[in-house]
Amino acid sequence: MGSKTKIWARAAGLITSCVFLIYGLHRGEAGVVLNKAVNICLECIGLG
Amino acid sequence: MKITYAIKRKLLQIIALGCSNAHLLNFKGGKIYTGKWKQFCNPGLNCYSCPAAGFACPIGALQAVNGSMQFSFSFYVTGLLLAFGLLLGRAVCGWLCPFGLLQELIHKIPSPKWHLKKGFLYVKYVVLVVFVLILPIAATDYMGMGKPAFCQYICPAGTLEGGLFLLAAHENLRNAIGALFGLKAAILILTLIGCVLVYRCFCRVLCPLGAIYGLFNKFSIFHLTVDSHKCVGCGKCKDVCQMEVDPVKTPDSAECIRCGACADACPTGAVCLGFSTKRGKSLA
Ligand code: SF4
Ligand code: SF4
Ligand code: SF4
Repeated sequence: MGSKTKIWARAAGLITSCVFLIYGLHRGEAGVVLNKAVNICLECIGLG
Repeated sequence: MKITYAIKRKLLQIIALGCSNAHLLNFKGGKIYTGKWKQFCNPGLNCYSCPAAGFACPIGALQAVNGSMQFSFSFYVTGLLLAFGLLLGRAVCGWLCPFGLLQELIHKIPSPKWHLKKGFLYVKYVVLVVFVLILPIAATDYMGMGKPAFCQYICPAGTLEGGLFLLAAHENLRNAIGALFGLKAAILILTLIGCVLVYRCFCRVLCPLGAIYGLFNKFSIFHLTVDSHKCVGCGKCKDVCQMEVDPVKTPDSAECIRCGACADACPTGAVCLGFSTKRGKSLA
């Protein structure tokens, strides 16, 4: 892959990641993550 | 004294382990950290049910949001993985992941050491697609909630980091042990034996997070290059690579964890690792 293509791919990917992050945070996904992570996850420990 | 990649990497791995698992006092009471930082994901695999964990596990978080009643696709976790992947690729595995460090330590136990058959490398992609992406969305209950299938049926990191400590501390949890725990304990034991025999066996065969980051190795800003003018074709880089990659032929291999062992071993300094794009000219 040419280095110019790589640079474009990186730039497009980083912009996409920022848009995804902001949109995800805006619609409250971090709350779902927090709620899952602060309670003991029965699936993780093999009981769920 | 030359500060090799091996030294730098070990230091960073220990720092990353400490930052990811700072709440050591929780081990005493069998509690888990419940603060706000847990809405953010760790770059590497580190179970959020581990008493010491200060952040969420990205694979657990992805399944939790995708399988939730409100959402069926996580823009937040996907955006984070995209950012980590584009910046670092599988350097996350080589430098930042606590479960990767643990596997390296286990592999130091004296025993015969095995090579991994190439076919096993593809299993992690099947695990990623079936257990992380499809099942949490497709296998839902009457309320529309899916379960994190990778955590539930496979993940040995959860069994080890969360399960063992929490079960030891809580009798009511121990009373709930059933067949599912038997399955996960068996996978954990097989994983540990596998890691003694094969370098980073779990990373190479089963880890969905490693599968994701591996796909970014072609594009990641932190990358590896081999300078064609300096390389004398001695093959020392390939010989030292415990992930069984030939950096001269495939510097962007999805299996390369950017550990730098090949750069340390190269007698002419042809192998370079870093963020700069002007460090060397790739042979591949
Ligand atoms: S069980 Fe494994 S995948 Fe699930 S949250 Fe824990 S470490 Fe992450
Ligand atoms: S492959 Fe998975 S367990 Fe291994 S170092 Fe990478 S993220 Fe961690
Ligand atoms: S190719 Fe080099 S940097 Fe990549 S895993 Fe092998 S030794 Fe480490």
